[in-house]
Amino acid sequence: MNNLIEVRDLSKTFTLHQQNGVVLNVLRNLNFAVRGGECLVLHGHSGAGKSTLLRTLYGNYLPASGSICVQHAGNWLELVGAAPRAVLAVRRQTLGYVSQFLRVIPRVSSLDVVMEPALARGWSKAESRERAESLLTRLNIPRRLWQLAPGTFSGGEQQRINIARGFMVPWPILLLDEPTASLDDSNRNVVLELMHEARQAGAALIGIFHDQSVREAIADRHLDMSAQAKESLPC
Amino acid sequence: MNSMSDLKLKPEPLLRVSDLTRLYGPEKGCDGVGFELYPGEVLGIVGESGSGKSTLLSLLSGRCAPDRGVIDYRRNDGRWLDLYSATEAERRTLLRTEWGFVEQSPRDGLRMGVSAGANIGERLMAQGVRNYEQLRAAGIAWLSQVEIDPLRIDDLPRTFSGGMQQRLQIARNLVSKPRLVFMDEPTGGLDVSVQARLLDLLRGLVRELDLAVVIVTHDLAVARLLADRLMVMRRSRVVETGLTDQILDDPQHPYSQLLVSSVLQP
Repeated sequence: MNNLIEVRDLSKTFTLHQQNGVVLNVLRNLNFAVRGGECLVLHGHSGAGKSTLLRTLYGNYLPASGSICVQHAGNWLELVGAAPRAVLAVRRQTLGYVSQFLRVIPRVSSLDVVMEPALARGWSKAESRERAESLLTRLNIPRRLWQLAPGTFSGGEQQRINIARGFMVPWPILLLDEPTASLDDSNRNVVLELMHEARQAGAALIGIFHDQSVREAIADRHLDMSAQAKESLPC
Repeated sequence: MNSMSDLKLKPEPLLRVSDLTRLYGPEKGCDGVGFELYPGEVLGIVGESGSGKSTLLSLLSGRCAPDRGVIDYRRNDGRWLDLYSATEAERRTLLRTEWGFVEQSPRDGLRMGVSAGANIGERLMAQGVRNYEQLRAAGIAWLSQVEIDPLRIDDLPRTFSGGMQQRLQIARNLVSKPRLVFMDEPTGGLDVSVQARLLDLLRGLVRELDLAVVIVTHDLAVARLLADRLMVMRRSRVVETGLTDQILDDPQHPYSQLLVSSVLQP
């Protein structure tokens, strides 16, 4: 398969103006590419900049320099310096992200939280609902919780809602930040299955997995990031 | 390649603003603001009180003329209109049809002396709808759309709670199917429990109706939920602009960093 994402000379620094202008160099001249159907695992100790890299790829962090190109709607698109609406279009169609924590929206039911990425792509309500229900069932979320807002759920339940949302639509490129962290064995296996299915469908996966068994089961390649930041992260 | 996929996405901006300036004193007002807004895009304007957010909103919505600068709006028929070269009548028509304005206080945006149904019907009547049944049907449909019991259609807004009044104001604005809506702290005066409900409603409507929105807020959580991108204002100038997530997670300007880090995390 061809490359779906290509990263060149990517650097990320944080300048903390409120703390005497301290500059943290977190990512330095990273280079890598990921093909469709391939899983790249980010490797390195805590504070090496793994989550920072995922957030930079997703556009939450602004790169200091370098290039992030993705295959979007049949063309290469440079994300560094792209207009917000271009980034949002990429997030709708091309680039998925399973974050470490679910950002809860008050009052919105779990089912609606999960369905949202599909509705944003213009799927019908019925089609979205069917897919969402099958994911929630596979991830062992009891049906009685589906209509409730996930704000009061346990950490593991929230994480599974987050995963269902992340796998709701097929993504050409999928970023995963410790999706199995707070899950028991059976749910961890469901997430592994979902990742395998995404890869089979041709997705490029880039992920952080602290669980070694998960890493061994899914990784095609590792990106060693321990040579990166020597300084601690701001948060 | 960037522009190619964008062209397919959204052909032309709805609003083009350049060098928009109106100063009441040094660093008071709005100085040299420029941006483009596309259909369906939600732009949040954040900053402390007195930074010029409200002045900017007044200028954009045709309520007060700038000292200099241009606002071009692409109308429904595709023709561009230079807002402040247009006649007063053209501007007023625009504000009643293709544009909406949601005030912070529903008392400023509603007619308190007439029924909820009449509030909703007013814009339709201004557009020439005279059929009573049609106006009534629109009133009922929009009340339920904004989650107000349609049986309240003949009640006066003053008998409504603050949250209901705000939802009625939204219905009154959206009934004419505007393409661009300005909002000034729409959740500002409401209890937190009511805010969440209103935000959820607004999110849904914005997507369903493909509305372009310019929203002024000092609440960064509201900005995160509603806005695609943000402009941070300080002392009449825009100090930073970008994707909402980026401004809130990785602010670059010292003032934006101060603004984001000053928020208490519950």
